[in-house]
Amino acid sequence: MVVADLFLSRYVYFLIVVLLAIGLYGMLGKRNLLKKLIGMNIFQTAIFLFFIEGATKAGGSVPVIDELLGMEAAKYINPLPHVLILTGIVVGLSLTGVALAFLLVIYRAYKTLDDRAIMANMKENSE
Amino acid sequence: MSSLSVLIIASLLLFCFISALVGIWRLRWAYAAAVTGVALALVAAGAGLYRVITDGEQRHFLGGWPPPFGIEYVLDHLSAFMVVIIVFIGLITIIYPPQAGLYHTPRRVVPAYGLLLLLIAGLAGVVVTGDLFNLFVFLEIYSLASYALITLGGDRAVVASFRYLVLGTIAGSFYLLGVGFIYFSTGTLNMADAARLLPPLYGSPTIMAAVALIVIGMGIKMALFPLHVWLPDAHSYAPPVVAAILAAIQIEVAAYVIVRFMLTVFQPGYFIDVLPVTTIIGWMAAAGIIFGSVMAIAQKDFKRMLAYSTVAQVAYIGLGIGLANPLGLIGALLHILNHAFMKSCLFLVAGGIRYQTGLHAIPQFAGLGRKMPLMMSAFTVAALSMVGIPPTAGFFSKWYLVLGGIEAGNWVFVAVILASSLLTAVYFFRMIEKLFAAPSGGDPAVEQAREPSARILAPIMTLAVGIIVLGLINVLIVSYVLQPVVALLP
Amino acid sequence: METVYSLKPLLAVLVSLVAVIFIVIPNQRPNVRESWTILAALAKFALVASMLPLVLAGKSPAITLFAISPGISLALRVDYLGIIFGLSASFLWIVTSFFSIGYVRGIPEHKQTRYFASFAICLSATMGIAFAANLLTLVIFYEILTIATYPLVLHRETPEAIFGGRKYLVYLLTGGVFLLFALAFTYQLSGTVDFQAGGILPAQTAKSSVIMLFTLFLLSFGVKSAIMPMHSWLPTAMVAPTPVSALLHAVAVVKAGVFGFARAIGFIIGPAVLNESGAAGFLAALTAATILVASLIALRQDNLKARLAYSTVGHLSYIVLGLSLFSPSAWIGALLHIVNHAMMKITLFFCAGAIHVRTHCDNVSQLNGIGRQMPLTMAAFTIASIGLAGIPPVNGFISKWYLVQGSYDVGQMVFVVTFLLSGLLNAGYFFSIVVRAFFAPSDKFTRFGEASPLMVVPLVITAVLSLLMGLFPDRIPYFFQLASSAAQSVIGGGGP
Repeated sequence: MVVADLFLSRYVYFLIVVLLAIGLYGMLGKRNLLKKLIGMNIFQTAIFLFFIEGATKAGGSVPVIDELLGMEAAKYINPLPHVLILTGIVVGLSLTGVALAFLLVIYRAYKTLDDRAIMANMKENSE
Repeated sequence: MSSLSVLIIASLLLFCFISALVGIWRLRWAYAAAVTGVALALVAAGAGLYRVITDGEQRHFLGGWPPPFGIEYVLDHLSAFMVVIIVFIGLITIIYPPQAGLYHTPRRVVPAYGLLLLLIAGLAGVVVTGDLFNLFVFLEIYSLASYALITLGGDRAVVASFRYLVLGTIAGSFYLLGVGFIYFSTGTLNMADAARLLPPLYGSPTIMAAVALIVIGMGIKMALFPLHVWLPDAHSYAPPVVAAILAAIQIEVAAYVIVRFMLTVFQPGYFIDVLPVTTIIGWMAAAGIIFGSVMAIAQKDFKRMLAYSTVAQVAYIGLGIGLANPLGLIGALLHILNHAFMKSCLFLVAGGIRYQTGLHAIPQFAGLGRKMPLMMSAFTVAALSMVGIPPTAGFFSKWYLVLGGIEAGNWVFVAVILASSLLTAVYFFRMIEKLFAAPSGGDPAVEQAREPSARILAPIMTLAVGIIVLGLINVLIVSYVLQPVVALLP
Repeated sequence: METVYSLKPLLAVLVSLVAVIFIVIPNQRPNVRESWTILAALAKFALVASMLPLVLAGKSPAITLFAISPGISLALRVDYLGIIFGLSASFLWIVTSFFSIGYVRGIPEHKQTRYFASFAICLSATMGIAFAANLLTLVIFYEILTIATYPLVLHRETPEAIFGGRKYLVYLLTGGVFLLFALAFTYQLSGTVDFQAGGILPAQTAKSSVIMLFTLFLLSFGVKSAIMPMHSWLPTAMVAPTPVSALLHAVAVVKAGVFGFARAIGFIIGPAVLNESGAAGFLAALTAATILVASLIALRQDNLKARLAYSTVGHLSYIVLGLSLFSPSAWIGALLHIVNHAMMKITLFFCAGAIHVRTHCDNVSQLNGIGRQMPLTMAAFTIASIGLAGIPPVNGFISKWYLVQGSYDVGQMVFVVTFLLSGLLNAGYFFSIVVRAFFAPSDKFTRFGEASPLMVVPLVITAVLSLLMGLFPDRIPYFFQLASSAAQSVIGGGGP
């Protein structure tokens, strides 16, 4: 019962760990560069999820001051992590954009997005 | 209360935009704008260091919001020291002409100088900020700029940059996760505030995990063995100016973050006794020193050799951190300064050689010393400093590290430092021998080589002279700047 | 000794460094360039000689430059030991410079500017070593010396020269690394690195620490002193031009090594402490073995310079053996031998150089009857040989006498035998050359033909000086008094 309780009250965190693992596997385990990029996105999303989950409070409302609820901080969910995540999303977006631009150049130069093939190509042409 | 810290960042960012915009008309204006911006930042940084030495810590609250609500910028001995290094090396490398430093004059639509300024601004921001999340923001700023700049080196550079991007993002994300753990445990993002609130929580697994994540993330960025795998490709394919900034400054900034967390955010004892952070860093660094030096010996390409050498040299800094005593930390911090000068000089020399002769593989360098005596003398000074011959700067950082090792009774570390001097000597003297004593094989590129122009030589010679000067005045640096920093250690 | 502030030690070190600029600039006008070398050498010797009266009166000229590490300064101080080394090195640079000019023009060698400039830096570093007031200053100049001599070893740029240079660097840099360790360990043990006659280690230092420190010094100074088995770089370095071998490998570099030993044993660890720990006995045994083995190997060498190289290995161990014995006479002998051996060996190397330039002969077997062509050269060779064998009236006899006396004082008859045996072997490998030169029949060398006066005059001077120093050991110039004062301060039990 304790274990089920634990799981039910914190299922988001378990989900986050699963997503992190998927993301890491994608980045490190997959050979296709685009799949690595997707893995990176999943990884970052998991972290954003972590922050958002940390911001929630039981019974909290949207962080806009409402006359009915008053000024008590406990009645509103924490807006700071949301702000952090906005920044994080922008960072993730720029990274993805840059990475996609790289992939375009790589594809034009090497005609493939396979990691091993590209490394082999680079070794061949290296000094 | 002084706004010097923000002035540094502001100047760099402002001129980044100016430079990117005017670059659309004329590249020359972009170059001039960039140099102006960094020069202004250097003045501010120098003034900041002076103020810190005479008056103590300087804090600035961004927007007037007091901590812990607002974001705070702090200049203390450690951050003032780092920011002066960052901006000075940044200035020297930006002055270096783009034809040699960036491989070719970028086309007008490529805001190369804007990106360079962004890189320097990000690095400077990491060291002066007093807010945990703000550090992440600046971390990503400079990382993005660096990913883009590396690709100026050609197709292979793009591949290397992509891999660096993936690994660097893991690093930044780990850092962010760690900061998240700290935030949710203490409720604050301000470093000083967190330092106050954390001690009761030292036993909690959350905080321990946070430390682990942050150290691993910064370890990746610092190319600490075995997390160094992105570095050789990224640094060898990047253009010389970019590689110089990355190897000389960016790696050290990552080490700074670990030191900052160890000394300011957490109490040093936590990293030393409670969690075996310094022990692990120390042993990984010892392995990294040997690994980097051995791999450097095996390289034929000059910049690749320098890249592996960077892995070894940064591991010295890690070793100093790992010794966890004042002398060791002084050695590490002094090595940050010395390595910045040495490595940037070496990469700029590589750029100069490639620009003058098109050569980049060491076996082809035979006899170049005779054709380019001034540049090669600068190279020799930097090489002697890397090996650790007095009175160059490199000798003194090794001296403090050895002293720290003996005081800690860690004979293995001492042996590693001494052995690595010899390994370093192998790959540098092999090149010195090739440059000066080997007969030139009749290679037309070598035959027609001439001393590069003054614009290329000036930054190189400045750095070389600096290496000797830094060695001779090391006591000034240690007593005024570094000893107050390590006074925080138990 | 009382310390007196003086700018002279610093000037003595700097004068040749400054001269480098003047040597490099007139690249195309060799006579101007060479005159700067001569001027610098004369100035250096004059400066050092001018400090001699002060030292003899018991005062040390000293100057502290600036802090180079918290608590340690870059400092120079001329004491008895330092001025012995300083005087001999700076004087011999003068004669070597004249000889060098004759030699490099006689070959002719390439890259002469690099050659003369490197020489100047080397001598600067040598003065720094001689006058260093603390171990850190000494280490700094010691490493500079290693780097500055490398271009000279490498000079000819042939594959053999490159190999010789590499081996040189490997051995000496490894020694340098151990020296850094020794330096740091000394600092850790005593809290200071200033030289103090009688040693600076605190009384309660553990024996194991003393032995470890001594081993580190052995592995570092021992390399430059060519103690076996760390000697192998010396014969290989003979690939350098002969004046380089003469000055550096008979006078400056190797003597820096034994000088380092003198400082380490006399002024850091202390002879009493070393003796008690038993390490002194080990050093004595090692050096005695080196003396004999080196002399035996020398007998079998046909290449003249190789024979001289192995002879140097042997004689350097004479000095270190003397330093390891706990007796003032042994120390006097060792310190005197620093100068005496330098004077004699440089004569021999000059002869080898003159022979090479004039006749292109490098091997002993080719020297039959050369005495007829080059009587002055071979006469000088003979005088030096007599001295190295330890036969009066050449100065080698004096230092050997004291070394033997010292061995007898500590009751170690085995070393007495070693010295005497080595003398016989020396006679063997040198007199065979002399005999060959004057008495072997040959039709090769029939007419009189010495090498250029630039080469012959220096070697005659050094040979004559060897003779005079042997006849009047206390006059030329007070070396005996300096050596005995130094020995007294070290073994007599302390005092700066």
